Amino acid sequence: MTEPHTDPAALGPQAPLPCGGEAPARRSFFFWFTALIGTVAGLLAGVPVLGYFVSMRKKRIEWVTLGPIDGFTVGETRMAAFDNPLQQPWDGVVAHTGVYVRREAAGEDGAAKFLVLAINCAHLGCPVSWFPQSGLFMCPCHGGVYYADGERASGPPPRGLFHCVWRTREDQLEIEAPHYPTLQDTLTDKQES
Amino acid sequence: MIRPLRAMFDWFDRRAGLSAVLLPMMRHPVPRGIVGPMGWWYVFGSASMTLLGLQIVTGIGLALVYVPAADQAYESLLWLDYQQPLGWFLRALHYYAGSGMVVLVLAHMTQVFLHGAYKYPRELTWIVGVVLLGCTLGMFFTGQVLRWDPDAYWGLAVGGSMAGRVPEAGPTVVRLLLGGPIIGGDSLSRFFALHVFVIPGVLLAALGLHLWLVLQRGVSAPPVPGEVVDPATYDATYHRELETSGVPFAGEAMLKDILFSALVVIVVVAIAAIVGPKGPTGPPDPTLGGANPRPEWPFLWLFALLSLSPPGAETFIILVFPLILIGLLLVVPLVSNRGERAPSRRPVAVLAVVTIYAVLGALTYEGATSPWSPVMTAWSGDAVPIAMVKGRSPVELMGAVVFQNKNCRNCHALDGVGGRRGPDLSLIGAQLTRGQLIDQISNGTPGGGNMPAYGKQVSPAEMSAMVEFLSALRPDE
Repeated sequence: MTEPHTDPAALGPQAPLPCGGEAPARRSFFFWFTALIGTVAGLLAGVPVLGYFVSMRKKRIEWVTLGPIDGFTVGETRMAAFDNPLQQPWDGVVAHTGVYVRREAAGEDGAAKFLVLAINCAHLGCPVSWFPQSGLFMCPCHGGVYYADGERASGPPPRGLFHCVWRTREDQLEIEAPHYPTLQDTLTDKQES
Repeated sequence: MIRPLRAMFDWFDRRAGLSAVLLPMMRHPVPRGIVGPMGWWYVFGSASMTLLGLQIVTGIGLALVYVPAADQAYESLLWLDYQQPLGWFLRALHYYAGSGMVVLVLAHMTQVFLHGAYKYPRELTWIVGVVLLGCTLGMFFTGQVLRWDPDAYWGLAVGGSMAGRVPEAGPTVVRLLLGGPIIGGDSLSRFFALHVFVIPGVLLAALGLHLWLVLQRGVSAPPVPGEVVDPATYDATYHRELETSGVPFAGEAMLKDILFSALVVIVVVAIAAIVGPKGPTGPPDPTLGGANPRPEWPFLWLFALLSLSPPGAETFIILVFPLILIGLLLVVPLVSNRGERAPSRRPVAVLAVVTIYAVLGALTYEGATSPWSPVMTAWSGDAVPIAMVKGRSPVELMGAVVFQNKNCRNCHALDGVGGRRGPDLSLIGAQLTRGQLIDQISNGTPGGGNMPAYGKQVSPAEMSAMVEFLSALRPDE
């Protein structure tokens, strides 16, 4: 005599299961199928979203003109300001960056020679001020001092000022647009300083 | 009039069931001791929450006008200050309520610590509270960036340089912090998202958990010397006390909370109205001279600690020390969750609080006065004291001119006026011989310490004149 096919849920949790006492195959299939689709959904959404949060724009090398070479006097240091091309289009005045340019005596081949230093102190990044009277850069934050060639003179900075990569093109002084320099990510990573 | 209102309320309540949830919360019993004078110690947590509510409302108000774009933030702040009706007041209130919230959160934490209220069974409440403290300080730090003036810009620079010291991953952390290769619009947007979405989300979730735990575990009774916390018996004892002598929270206890919160709001509004909004100090132009970035007041102690530390210890103090502090805070209820609660029986706890606040106070004072910063305008702005040039010979006078002109004054005061990076030189003639003076000026601090070597910066004639002038600075003249 066959038993009527009743709804398993109505029998309660302790009631024996119909169909020979095993859970129907489709219930187990449904569980694993849901797990699979759920995992796929999680990865499909999660991976790109996470990628967005941790991705960084490709490093660009751009050159920016600081001005005509004749605008810099030999043996003098002065600030040169420019709009950093590494900016976003909506950066505004924040991208107006300054670097210190010192024109040195011409090299053996007579070509103009420069020393371009980032304004950021090598200690913790505050802007250094140039004092031509004593030939020193001084940092307002913790009293770091550098000589005219950028070398560390005294105070907490662990190294000298960061050097910018420069070149001359058609009587113009150009530098590689500087990213924010830190101890492990200087402006001259391919070279020494 | 009342009957229709009552009917409307009943219609709503039968479906939402809120009174069935909220009324028991408000009536939940608290120890009788809170009704007495000891109950005034319990008001700091709710006052912090009141100021949080004020911050959310004023923050929303500011967000209606403020533009978080690098090229417009400054202009929108000027608009808020000068054009938007009461915009200046909202900006001021947002800043001072935020400062007040930090003060109250610290007061709340100190009170809970001193009364041992973090002990069993409220250890988790304390731990969530530490998260809330971190969120509050995080809001303060990210809020400063949104002011987008030179202080904010250079503050980001310093933060970036600190992040750059993380071993190996430094450059990556810097990029994540700044949102790009330079400080710019991406940085501002990032910090805006942190200040408006991320940290408030974490803060409110943690606050919900914190309040839930307070309700679940109840408010602790005022500590009594001799009554020790024993996890085996505390629960039974506490519930018995509540059953026999507990009073509903919605009574004297809640009244104390409301009164203190109201007083705090009045004080904060008064300060905001009288002092006005903070900054912006100018457009965030990195080429503007005279930038002297300072962290906000809750972080001045850390600024001083770093500035006064030997350079070799800096990376450790920047990166590891804060983690150690947070770890110590988190671990408090795990190492001392039982025993005496009354401060009169816990000398170590009281001593710890006194010491910590004394150290924080001293460091904050140092951070505010920052004697290690050279005064960049002293060489041209602070004249040599007249008494020091009266009756001097021509070469000594020339020496005084050289002394000023070589920017020495930026670090060295004369008669207390000038920089304090180096020692005051008013009596240096009695402290160093001519030979020692020449040596010190030419070579700087031995080993490359705090004074640079001026040997190449000063001509022999200038050096002689300057040494003559300095040698004349003595007590008898």
